[in-house]
Amino acid sequence: MKRREFLAALAGAAISPAALAQSVPLERLLESATRGAPARPGRVKLELPVLAENGNAVPMKVTVESPMTAADHVKAIHLLSERNPVRNMATFHLGPRAGRAVVASRVRLAGSQRVVAVAELSDGSFWYDVAEVNVTASACMDES
Amino acid sequence: MRLRAALAAALLATLPAAADERPIPPHALRSGSAFLGAALRAQQDDEFANPGMLWVERGAQLWRAAAGAQRRSCADCHGEAAQSMAGVAARHPVIDGASGRLLNLADRIVECRVERQGAARPAWESDELLALVAFVARQSRGLPLAPSIAGAARPHFEAGRALYRQRIGQMNLACTHCHDANWGRTLYAERISQGHPTAFPAYRLEWQTLGSLERRIRACFSGVRAEMLPYGAPEHRDLELYLAWRAGGLPVESPGVRR
Amino acid sequence: MAARIQVPAEARRGEVIEIRLLVRHPMETGYRVNERGQTIARNAIRTLTCTYNGVEVFRAELSPGIAANPYLQFTTVAESSGTLEFVWVDDAGERAVERAAIRVVE
Repeated sequence: MKRREFLAALAGAAISPAALAQSVPLERLLESATRGAPARPGRVKLELPVLAENGNAVPMKVTVESPMTAADHVKAIHLLSERNPVRNMATFHLGPRAGRAVVASRVRLAGSQRVVAVAELSDGSFWYDVAEVNVTASACMDES
Repeated sequence: MRLRAALAAALLATLPAAADERPIPPHALRSGSAFLGAALRAQQDDEFANPGMLWVERGAQLWRAAAGAQRRSCADCHGEAAQSMAGVAARHPVIDGASGRLLNLADRIVECRVERQGAARPAWESDELLALVAFVARQSRGLPLAPSIAGAARPHFEAGRALYRQRIGQMNLACTHCHDANWGRTLYAERISQGHPTAFPAYRLEWQTLGSLERRIRACFSGVRAEMLPYGAPEHRDLELYLAWRAGGLPVESPGVRR
Repeated sequence: MAARIQVPAEARRGEVIEIRLLVRHPMETGYRVNERGQTIARNAIRTLTCTYNGVEVFRAELSPGIAANPYLQFTTVAESSGTLEFVWVDDAGERAVERAAIRVVE
């Protein structure tokens, strides 16, 4: 990481300082996925480590209880961040051919924050789960 | 009488000239993996999803690809890497017979590319070079580090050891202060490791890419606010030799995943 | 774009199989600055689609909120023998296609 990159990184894991200033309230985050429809906690299990040693790659797994039949399945899972400059981290579109509603990936987190997973079901309902991650930074500066 | 003398001489030759004191005794050696959280250890152990494997795979392709003016692939001379390269990473850095220089694995590969394949010199930390180093290093996975510090390597070992104990940078710290005297303790939120080279080249989350041991040493220099030495610096190689000796017995883990 | 793909070579009809992908991509955020002070342009994979014998069975819309060298794991039902095709496009318009064969037995 060269000097300039290092300075940008100091501002907060390669994210601009201004963007880190405010967290988005949970209601606003949910709205961005449901477009105003009500969302209930439950059925969704969002797994992230409680402590992430580096925000650049944090393992994430989201599971939704669903029979995944044509009549009753998960249409999409939205992954939202309360502090990243890009709040909508990802959307995973599933459907009955998925067999199970389980998606895993690695996310980038701009500092300690809550992450929300919102599941959109075939009957139009929305369910969510919240996970809180404590992201620690490197002890030493790296300009390599 | 002559046989007994010969046997005695042979026995004496196996003993070190003077036993070099090991800062961390063999039974207390711990790989950097032991100082990672569970999530990162799991990433490293996941054969498929370890991000370093992207470079190992690329390295496997490059191994078989004809390169340079000689249109020669690594495989043309070295055959199957699993056989010919087993143990190679575990022996490096090593004295090059022809030039007398101490070479690390990357130097070796650069030399082959340029001299024997007639290819363009790969840049330090380039994808091509990292892929080949990662691929070759992986062929020694699980094998104990066992570099030679005898003969022509001895002065390099001593120079590396001296640098390891040398205070550097605005923080005026030597490697030994963290990695011998305070390993296991926390520095801010990080647990200090013993500073072993066994997992390199490693996918470092801080870099968001794979990087060499040389890059990691440069990172440590910048960490204590010392001026970094350029890639290719002989001091790095001397230090790498000392580190490899100090970690002697620990298995190669390349490609590792680190913070 | 290089990628590692893990798909079982064979599965029973109706079995839910796990698909794993690891893609070589910087997922550049657009916030980093190089040593000359210039912003490194955002370039992340935008969409990744998996089709099974031509039918879309999974689609991911990604962002720089997904880590560099993205890892994805999802499932699909083994329906019939054929090809799983993975297509992804990034902000720079680069498109990559990878395929994996699957044999489905009764």
